[in-house]
Amino acid sequence: MPPTDAPHVLRLRGLTKRFGPVLANDSIDLDLRRGEILALLGENGAGKTTLMNMLFGHYLPDSGAIEVADGADGALRALPLGRPQAALRAGVGMVHQHFTLALNLSALDNILLGAEPLFALRRRTGAARRKIDAIMARTGLNVDLDAPVGRLTVGERQRVEILKALYRDARILVLDEPTAVLTPQEADGLFQTLGAMAREGLSVIFISHKLREVLAFSHRIAVLRHGRKVGEMRTDEADLPAIARMMVGQDVESPPRPPMTPGEPVLELREVTLAGAGGRAGLRGASLRVHAREIVGVAGVSGNGQAALAALVSGLAAPEKGELLLRGAAPARFDPAAMIAAGVGRIPEDRHHDGVVGSMTLAENLIIERLDDPAVSRAGFLRRGRIRAEAERACAAYDVRGQGPDGAARLLSGGNMQKLILARVFERAPDLILANQPTRGLDLGAANEVARRLLEARARGAGVLLISEDLDEILALSDRVVVMHEGRLTEAPARDRAQIGLMMAGRGAEEAA
Amino acid sequence: MIRVEPRTPSRALAAAVPVLSAAAALALAAIPLALAGADLAEAYALMAKGVFGSRFALSETLTRATPLILTGLAAALAFRARLWNIGGEGQLYLGALAAAAVGSGAVSGPSWLLIPLVLAAGAAAGAAGMAGPAWLKIRFGADEVVTTLLMNFVVILFVQMMLEGPMQDPMGMGWPQSAPVLDEATLPRLAERTRLHAGLPIALALVVAAHVALSRTVWGLKIRAVGENAAAARHAGIPVGRTLMSAALVSGALAGLAGAGEVAGLKGYLTADLSPGYGYAGIVAAMLAGLSPLGVAASAAYIAAVFVGADSMSRALGVSNYLADLVVALSLLSVLVGGFFARNRLVAVRAGKAGEGA
Repeated sequence: MPPTDAPHVLRLRGLTKRFGPVLANDSIDLDLRRGEILALLGENGAGKTTLMNMLFGHYLPDSGAIEVADGADGALRALPLGRPQAALRAGVGMVHQHFTLALNLSALDNILLGAEPLFALRRRTGAARRKIDAIMARTGLNVDLDAPVGRLTVGERQRVEILKALYRDARILVLDEPTAVLTPQEADGLFQTLGAMAREGLSVIFISHKLREVLAFSHRIAVLRHGRKVGEMRTDEADLPAIARMMVGQDVESPPRPPMTPGEPVLELREVTLAGAGGRAGLRGASLRVHAREIVGVAGVSGNGQAALAALVSGLAAPEKGELLLRGAAPARFDPAAMIAAGVGRIPEDRHHDGVVGSMTLAENLIIERLDDPAVSRAGFLRRGRIRAEAERACAAYDVRGQGPDGAARLLSGGNMQKLILARVFERAPDLILANQPTRGLDLGAANEVARRLLEARARGAGVLLISEDLDEILALSDRVVVMHEGRLTEAPARDRAQIGLMMAGRGAEEAA
Repeated sequence: MIRVEPRTPSRALAAAVPVLSAAAALALAAIPLALAGADLAEAYALMAKGVFGSRFALSETLTRATPLILTGLAAALAFRARLWNIGGEGQLYLGALAAAAVGSGAVSGPSWLLIPLVLAAGAAAGAAGMAGPAWLKIRFGADEVVTTLLMNFVVILFVQMMLEGPMQDPMGMGWPQSAPVLDEATLPRLAERTRLHAGLPIALALVVAAHVALSRTVWGLKIRAVGENAAAARHAGIPVGRTLMSAALVSGALAGLAGAGEVAGLKGYLTADLSPGYGYAGIVAAMLAGLSPLGVAASAAYIAAVFVGADSMSRALGVSNYLADLVVALSLLSVLVGGFFARNRLVAVRAGKAGEGA
């Protein structure tokens, strides 16, 4: 089924891009045939998105060339670099990970945006609508063209993005982590559609770091690591351990999760209702229990109330209805300081925004949650010697690699910044740990370190509330899984991927079983 | 096509920016000077002479620097908390008003009591002037740039009203000025035949205190955390509102102290033209100093020198003495532009071809 003799439609040669000292792409070659689905696999920071951004003209390569079959004759011609308009004209369409849609405009307007002349007396939407209807009928990508995009679901918005590319006659479709925001069922549906479109002659490149979908839905796999292409193979000849090794560059095994007997409840939510911030989903009568020596994973499509749950347990929001109990007692106040004092360790979702103060030093970031601790300050003055010595020890113990305790936190890489936060959280031996997307954006090595620390805390007697969009991560780490949908939490009766997937889409546990 | 790429400035570059900006501002002043028909070499020589030419000239510069150090500290401290206190001028006048009210006979006593009392009254009034805008910001999210700026006009009109009404000097022959400050409440002179007063060592001590507070105390760390990333500070359990309020009060107090020093150290009484814009020039001093308290001492001295030098040059050459304001304003613009070029590099690229320019 993979088209091995179809003509080439895209040829990348020696593409190199450097950002300051970082070599994001190092002389990458890549070919794509007509009707082929190519998976671009690699860890975060491997250079996948950079490569695609060069293809689409967002970035100007330092060196290298791109050739696209841009005409009816199928001949490869050089693509002018650094010009999105040229890429569009040559039939390259891109669906970004973060959608680029205007929420207040209708789906139709979004599709036409930029494709219409800027100055025209009258909009000719009739022909456009007929063309889009034809595309929808052919591909099965159906959306209500007149609905404002703000009212569409995430899956529908993605369809709008794809339609937008197809409307402009894209013959090469690039999707950047298309399934990050989808339920497993939606993701499977998307790939079936892409497969059907590929049989019709569309060439697809999709970026992913989910091995499962890559193996299931691509024809060929190219693996990037540290900006280099380290491997390329036909999917039907690929095997999973080999790809994982290629991505990481070494054998990695996820840390073992020995069975444990849960202890007393450390966190209990009873019918908590809470409005979400900024129009996002809140909690609607959510109940939950996390015991000592237990990791509870919260699975769900993002935007179903995870942010409100995290804000509640972090102390950034108070329940409007219902109760939150820590070790059986209500916290003194609902603010971060009280939650910290009550023994809650928090790993925030967005470490740049909530986790560290970038311009302050590592040492200062390590003590920022316990400024009144006698080990940190005396009579209002910081004990700089002690703080520095402790920071040096913590940086060594948690392998935070940077410019030392006096370096600015913002200079740390994502993985090292997360290790800094881990050091801050775990050094206090918290009873309850809120880990909100703790491995997002981390390479496998750093992600495994996070997992190891969470399991270590569990062995020590802490309870862990793990919120993640990565079902594999949840299944690997959690003792129990609860599914979050529209502000409610439901315990998954079994650690079954298909069933959890259906529950994430809003089916009840019994119904899904 | 030119592309802007961010970079992290080296230490040397970061240190060079304010110096180069100050020099650039002085150099740019040549344009209006030439337009005014002045001999440039003579003008710059006269300026230098006005600043360094004599013991008196030097002491004048330091006298002018005294309130600028305090208003500069006021701005630097507030700005570190991302609290844009543009109201230094108003807080200065509030401090001056309180100092005049307390020091001109309302209370009597020995110097060791009256001087601290007058200064404390000035600081408290300045702090009170900043409390309102800070509360509005914390409680309702009111933009403090607007509220503090507008408060300046309210305060100055209020001072004029007081000087033409309840606080007018009965012996002042109808001039809108307050009764003179008692001798016991007057800050001691530092040197014979100069106007240098004890406000300068006080201001310098506060420079050191502010530096220590920002870099070595829990309070300073909280201010920096709130200013640099309020979300992370809040997440870490730092009370953001209270920290902002404390920074606001100290900032207002420093500006109020500047006013009290001018009344009790220099003028001896309050008039509505006490300050030639020290509150605003303090913002320039803070920006030139990169919001570092120690740097404020240097940048305040520079701005004072510009004021004094341009003043004496313009008198000698018959050029408008607004030139001083112009140079101060140019310094701010230069440091903003300089900061941009320190943090970013310009790269010339030609679209469509790889490998050129990067």
